[in-house]
Amino acid sequence: MWGCVRPSRIIPLLAALVLTGAAAVAEAPQRVVSVNLCTDQLALLLAAPGQIVSLSRLSQDAESSSMAEAARAYPTNGSGAEEVYLLNPDLVLAGTFTAPTTVQMLRDLGIRVELFAPARSLADVPDRIAQMGAVLGHEAEAEAMIGAFRAELARLSTAPDRRPRAALYYVNSYTLGDRTLAGDILRAAGFDNVAAEAGLEQGGTLALEHLILLAPEVIVSGRDYPGQARAEEVLSHPALRALPGTRVAGTLTDRDWICGTPLVLAAVEKMRALRLSLETGE
Amino acid sequence: MRLAPGLVLLVAVLFVLSLLSGQAPVGAGQSLTALIAGDGTPLAVVMREIRLPRALLAAMIGAVLGLSGAAMQGYLRNPLAEPGLIGVSGASALGAVLAIQTGLSLMFPLALPLAALGMAVLAVLLILALAGPRGASITLILAGIAISALAGALTSLVLNLSPNPFAAADIVFWMMGSLADRSFTHVWLAAPFMAVGALLLASLGRGLDALTLGEDAAEALGIGLSGLRLRLILGTAACVGAATAVAGAIGFVGLVVPHLLRPAVGARPSSLLWASALGGAAMVLAADIAVRELLPARDLKLGVLMALVGAPLFLHLIYKTRKEMA
Repeated sequence: MWGCVRPSRIIPLLAALVLTGAAAVAEAPQRVVSVNLCTDQLALLLAAPGQIVSLSRLSQDAESSSMAEAARAYPTNGSGAEEVYLLNPDLVLAGTFTAPTTVQMLRDLGIRVELFAPARSLADVPDRIAQMGAVLGHEAEAEAMIGAFRAELARLSTAPDRRPRAALYYVNSYTLGDRTLAGDILRAAGFDNVAAEAGLEQGGTLALEHLILLAPEVIVSGRDYPGQARAEEVLSHPALRALPGTRVAGTLTDRDWICGTPLVLAAVEKMRALRLSLETGE
Repeated sequence: MRLAPGLVLLVAVLFVLSLLSGQAPVGAGQSLTALIAGDGTPLAVVMREIRLPRALLAAMIGAVLGLSGAAMQGYLRNPLAEPGLIGVSGASALGAVLAIQTGLSLMFPLALPLAALGMAVLAVLLILALAGPRGASITLILAGIAISALAGALTSLVLNLSPNPFAAADIVFWMMGSLADRSFTHVWLAAPFMAVGALLLASLGRGLDALTLGEDAAEALGIGLSGLRLRLILGTAACVGAATAVAGAIGFVGLVVPHLLRPAVGARPSSLLWASALGGAAMVLAADIAVRELLPARDLKLGVLMALVGAPLFLHLIYKTRKEMA
C-alpha cells in the first residue's frame, strides 16, 4: 500500500511532522483527523498550528459550518474508515452519531478515537470545549475560552423586562423546543418559546393551524435551501402574515445551532438584537 | 329529479364538515363565528386562510376530476377511462414539477398551471392517438400505463436532481396528492383554468348523448366530432392540469364517481357530467376530512384513501370487461 504513495507526497508530510513535533507537548497528539462537523470547529478553535491533518468535508460548506473560511486551509476527508486510516492519524475526533462501524473499525486498527456528544444546551458548550482541550493537550487555552464564553453569555442573557413569545419554525412545519440548543439560544436571548405551550419540549411537527392559534409575537425561521420543495412552502403561507400581532422575522439556521461551540454566542446576540428591535417597535 | 338536490346537500354538508376538521381542537360554533366575523383573531386567520381555501380546493378539484372522468368515459364509451389511470394526472404533475424546479413558477406564477396543462394536453393527445376513437380497453390501459410510468419516472428524476434536500420527499406528494397547507394563492391560480375547462366539458353533453348511438349516427344528428374531440382534450387538460398543479395527482375520483352515479342518471352521459361533478366534489371533500381525522398528526396523502376505495372497483371493472379485452 505504501508503495503506491509517491515520494513527493511523503516529503512535505514528514516535514510537517517534524515541525509540529518540535512545537507541541510530548504526549499531545500530532496528527489529528476530525470526521464530524462539530469536532472540526472545536479543533480549529483549540488546535496548535499543524496539529490538524484533515477535517470533514462538511467543514468547508458555508451553509453548515460557522468556520468554513478557516476550514479551507485544511485538506478534507469523506469521514470513511479507509480514507481516515490512510491519513495515519494518532487521534480521530468523531461525534457520538458518527457511524459506529467507522468508529469500531478505526479502533480495531489501533487508532485512538474520541467521541463528542452533540450539545443540547448552552450549558453543554463549556464541557465540549474542556473535552477538546483535554484530548488536544491544550487545557489552558480551553480554560481561557470557557471563561470568556461564560462572561459573554452572562452579558448577553441579562434578564429582559419582558419576554416576548417566539416560535422557531422550519421546513416541514418543524419546530424546536426548549430542550435543544436552538431553543436554549432563544431562551438566553430573552424569548419564551411557544413550542413549550404546545407540549413540544424537544421539538417536532407543529401544524400550521396550531402555530397560528398560539399566535407568537415573532416567528423565526431557518435558511432558504437552494432549489424548490413543497416542504418549504409552509414558510411562505399567507396565514403567517395575516396575524396582526405576529412578525415573521430573523433567522436561526442549522449553522447557528447545530454545534456547541463558542460561536453560538453570535446566534444569541442575533436573537437578542431581534428582541430589542421588537421592544423599540421597529 | 331527486338526485340533484341530494348531491348539492351532500356537498354542502361535507364542505362545512371540512371547515370544522383540523389539527386544532376548536368548537364548531366558535369556528364558524370566527370564519364569518373575520376579526383578525388567530382562530379567524386559521378559518379564513387555512381551512377555507382547503375546503374550496377540495370541492373544486373533486368537481373537475369527476367531470373529466365522466366526459372521457362518455367520449371513449369505456368505463375505465379516467385521468389518473390513463396518465393525464401524472403528466400534469411532471409539467408542474418542471415549472417549479426550473424556477419558472417563481418568476411567473401562471407558469405552474400552464405547464401542467401543456403536459396534460400532450398526454390526452397521446392517449387518443394510441387508443383510437373507440378507445378499446386494452390499448387504453396499456397506453395509460406507459404514459403514467414515463411521467412518474421523469418526475422522480427531476426531483432527485434538485439541489434542495427536501425535494425528493415531494415525489410522494406529486404521485398521491394532498391539500395540506394550501392557501388562497392556489385557489386563485387554479380557479380560472378549472372554470374554462369545466365550461368546455359541460358543453359536451349533447354530443356525448348522440355518441351513444355511434359515430355515424352522431354525425347524422349534426354533431361535429372533431370539434367535440378538441373541446374534450382542452377541457380535460385544463381541469386536470389545474387540479394537479396545486394538489398533486389525485387518482380514481373520475373512475369511482361516474361508476356509482351512472345507474342513478339512467346512463345518460349528459346527466352524468353534472352529477359526477357534484359527486366528485363530495368524494374529495370526504377524503380530505378523513385524512385529517384518521391521522391528524401525519400528512396522510389523499391518493392513499382514493386508491383504497378506487383500486378494488378498478379490479372489478377489469374483471367485468375481460371478455372485451381477451
